Amino acid sequence: MPAFDTNPDVSALAPAPGLEEWHLDLHAQGAARDEAVARLHALLLRAARFEVFRRRGSLPQLSAVELDELAQDAADDAAVSVLRRLDDFRGESSFRTWAYKFALLEAAVKVRRRAWRDREVTLDPERWESFAHIGPGPDDDAETEALLEAVREGIRTALTPRQRQVLVATVLEGVPIDVLAERLDSNRNALYKLLHDARRRLRAHVADAGFPEVNE
Amino acid sequence: MTDRDLDPALKRLLGSDEPEIGCDECFAQLDRYVELELAGAPADELVPGLRAHFVGCPACAEEHESLRALLELDSVS
Repeated sequence: MPAFDTNPDVSALAPAPGLEEWHLDLHAQGAARDEAVARLHALLLRAARFEVFRRRGSLPQLSAVELDELAQDAADDAAVSVLRRLDDFRGESSFRTWAYKFALLEAAVKVRRRAWRDREVTLDPERWESFAHIGPGPDDDAETEALLEAVREGIRTALTPRQRQVLVATVLEGVPIDVLAERLDSNRNALYKLLHDARRRLRAHVADAGFPEVNE
Repeated sequence: MTDRDLDPALKRLLGSDEPEIGCDECFAQLDRYVELELAGAPADELVPGLRAHFVGCPACAEEHESLRALLELDSVS
């Protein structure tokens, strides 16, 4: 195994591939395609290793070899995604940049899920008040206290249980959205839409309670 | 009290009413956006809705930072 496989030093990553049009061969057949797929995988592995290295602080229990296995898995999954979505590439960026984002996504999601694998996620939407670090502090004035009460009331009354669950988990508990999506058998996009709608409802409630500035 | 005075935790809870796109659309536009940024082009004007999404979605924001950092690394290696 080459030294850069497990060396956490970014400078030891494989050099960036050139900007040739080799990716067009991904649409070909035979040896040309095989060669292009191999180059694609090397590109994706570079990006996945880069991302795992950046996020390694959240996985202190993993060895260098285990971190590299995570990067390899991410690169493999990213290769499948890229090859399945080749027709989506319209040249609005370089192919390298377009492909990189698949590997970064796969690696980031794997790191987040691994970091939270043994952590409990409270999915009871009614338990939010125990996580609500938004209570008035000793230095808060009456206006702040009234605002916080409007927020608490909004969470309690203006949101659906599902919206409350997602808002509490992601914002108050700090659960990464990919981790929550996995636990709820959903996906990032759908959960973010729920979160976005929950925030909009909450802002409307707080604005109606006398704090229109939250919608400015 | 102005919006700027809100506690950061409260800001994260309430989000922003700026127009923003969702995670799937963010992923679709991310590569173009970052290349525009690195080229010094007005990325937020040309790809509207991403900046507001990064504020509301930490996961997409992290991936934006990573793609930008990786391309910057490539440019010097």
